[in-house]
Amino acid sequence: MDVYKGTWAVKKGFAEMFKGGVIMDVTNAEQAKIAEEAGAVAVMALERVPADIRKAGGVARMAPIKKIKEIMGAVSIPVMAKVRIGHIAEARILEELGVDFIDESEVLTPADDKFHINKHEYKVPFVCGARDLGEALRRIAEGAAMIRTKGEAGTGNIVEAVKHMRKVQDEIRKIVNMSEEELVREAKELGAPVELVREVKRLGRLPVVNFAAGGVATPADAALMMMLGADGVFVGSGIFKSKDPRKMAKAVVLAVTYWDNPRILMKVSEDIGEPMSGLDVNELEIRMQERGW
Amino acid sequence: MRIGVLGLQGDFREHVEMLSLMGVETLVVKLPEDLDLVDGLIIPGGESTTMGRVMENMRIREPLVKKIEQGLPVYGTCAGMILLSRKVVDHVQPLLGVLDIEIERNAYGRQVESFEVDLSIPAVGEKPFRAVFIRAPKVVKHGARVEVLAEYNKDPILVREGNILASSFHPELTQDTRIHEYFLRMVEK
Repeated sequence: MDVYKGTWAVKKGFAEMFKGGVIMDVTNAEQAKIAEEAGAVAVMALERVPADIRKAGGVARMAPIKKIKEIMGAVSIPVMAKVRIGHIAEARILEELGVDFIDESEVLTPADDKFHINKHEYKVPFVCGARDLGEALRRIAEGAAMIRTKGEAGTGNIVEAVKHMRKVQDEIRKIVNMSEEELVREAKELGAPVELVREVKRLGRLPVVNFAAGGVATPADAALMMMLGADGVFVGSGIFKSKDPRKMAKAVVLAVTYWDNPRILMKVSEDIGEPMSGLDVNELEIRMQERGW
Repeated sequence: MRIGVLGLQGDFREHVEMLSLMGVETLVVKLPEDLDLVDGLIIPGGESTTMGRVMENMRIREPLVKKIEQGLPVYGTCAGMILLSRKVVDHVQPLLGVLDIEIERNAYGRQVESFEVDLSIPAVGEKPFRAVFIRAPKVVKHGARVEVLAEYNKDPILVREGNILASSFHPELTQDTRIHEYFLRMVEK
């Protein structure tokens, strides 16, 4: 009996299982358990949440192995971890460690200023950030099994996530109405393979799951991203930088399931404590979203 | 006939799309009152802890258990199988507890060990079935009334107990509709 591991169906299929869910950044076992109890579909194991990476400055790298192991041992839900853009050694280390998903992330300091990881070569699936359809399709061409539209991480400000989700959806809508000769030209403009552009036309959406990320601070922010067409939501600093992480986590989970039901949204938004404080994106020294090629 | 697909989280869209291709009317079930509108229910793949928590928070668990005990045909894939089970080994999470099996989570390993394999499932015909296992649950114990419809390495992977059907793999991620057809026959009876 032939058994096939690490296939595209298995990688892409795993990402499908996250849909309608919330993936939460955590920095220790205790936070991971809080996330699991609240109903997170997965956790992202980090040394620091993006808001603290932003404050700390310097070079942000893959989290320490010990930290990731501690978190993997604490929960039964999938554990993700981040590598620097293009850092094929960090990626091999995390694959060996057995993390369930790798995020090749602009939140860390890029290791390669030209190339992303060739993600086809790995058994472990990857998620990558994108600000527009071209960037998303280039990442998928490199083997990403999941996309997250970029916001501006660690700001608690949803405006960039909204901008990029709208951009991607707008570009998809245009492609759906294009003729074959227009598709070829559009592929050139987007800097993406025409086969993937054709698939977007056929499906009317990205060929892989697309989550929103960066700046989600309240249940309403999470619901907003679902209304704009996200398949689910990453919450970075928004949970554990809020006053009452347990309440916030549970409320965000319910907001993502019931994004289309204002009565429930109102109810879950009522008693969440104080959200994280936000930053104006125009006053930032570092714009993480610009990393990625 | 209208088939509900529990839409709290997970790959419910894939089940809806497969049923629609088969010409079956579907309803995404998110609230307790939706349960009154369906003749059968599919609990999709996804994260069983998430679905269980949302079920409890939204008070769907109890009415759903009652419906299943009254005979509502139900089919759970992967996370759906976990939720239907009576017990998960070494792990506390909200369950429906209606299917007499014990589950070990992640027993086939983490995601890098997830796999596809062609299996023989006599209940749905001779042609092998391409089964996709993603961080799949393992059935480590089952009651006498549980019928094992298919095995992989001697472990049950497709089981039935009366009106309850469960698989540790994901037919909805393939184009093969035979297990869904089997479930529809359960609903028709």
